[in-house]
Amino acid sequence: MNFDAPYTIYILAAYGIGFVLLGGASLSAWRDWRRVSGAWARLNGRGGRGS
Amino acid sequence: MAAASAIKAIHQTMLRAAQPARFVELSGMLIPWVAALGAAMFVAGLVDGLALSPPDYQQGETVRIMYMHVPAAWMGLFVYALVAGLGGLGLVGGHPLAFAAARAAAPLGAMFTAVCLITGSLWGKPMWGAWWVWDARLTSMLLLLFLYFGHIALSRAFDDPRRGDKAAAVLGLVGCVNLPIVKFSVDWWNTLHQPASVMKLGGPAIDPSMLWPLLLMAAAFKLIFFALWLVRTRTEVVGARLRAAASRSRMEGER
Repeated sequence: MNFDAPYTIYILAAYGIGFVLLGGASLSAWRDWRRVSGAWARLNGRGGRGS
Repeated sequence: MAAASAIKAIHQTMLRAAQPARFVELSGMLIPWVAALGAAMFVAGLVDGLALSPPDYQQGETVRIMYMHVPAAWMGLFVYALVAGLGGLGLVGGHPLAFAAARAAAPLGAMFTAVCLITGSLWGKPMWGAWWVWDARLTSMLLLLFLYFGHIALSRAFDDPRRGDKAAAVLGLVGCVNLPIVKFSVDWWNTLHQPASVMKLGGPAIDPSMLWPLLLMAAAFKLIFFALWLVRTRTEVVGARLRAAASRSRMEGER
């Protein structure tokens, strides 16, 4: 990719937005899973944070 | 006869795998592999799309936005069809996992549709001279995003989650009418958006040097979605168990 070409900022912004939204969805899915699996483990007396 | 018994055996296996407890166990085994494969394909697609593939003879380097924009658009449509299908399955069969899977998939579909709209806008400004036009393709895609928002809101709008799931499933099925409109809008109306160049009769009208990174990114998006969908469905299943346990303990406390 030629970074000196016109409109490079649009390409970088498009990929940046893609990374942010995909990364956000991944982090949110993982955080929610850790929360409920931890609560489930505590409820069953295992005290863990889930896997 | 053999085919019928094979179909019956597959159906039984799928039903067993769809039992919530079994699903949590099976998905736990699948998620790391699917996520790792999706991440590897994503990196390969990025390298191919940003470094190896050539610039377009008309659009120059901006064509590289396509490798993010088009797979996201395909995912937006695919996930909506999946959400509607799962909702229909839940309404007809009443299987709790179908509703949980639909609830888990809808925000991911909305995310892919948002990626498609935003990257499309970033592609439109340098190529068309406008961030947005009320073109049939763009408008029907925006409507798809609103349908996702409606599904997400409805499925969480009731105290009884089952009522929300049913209402959202009906919206999902009705909203399916928008899918062919999105797909064929570029053929039915005069639009600024270009017509289909990959999924068309007569094969793709795109050079293999650009088709490969596009397909790699599309496969990566599918795998990443599948991994996230499994994680989110597991969360829904365990969350439902937690709610049931909390309600049981409340009832025992009242006695």
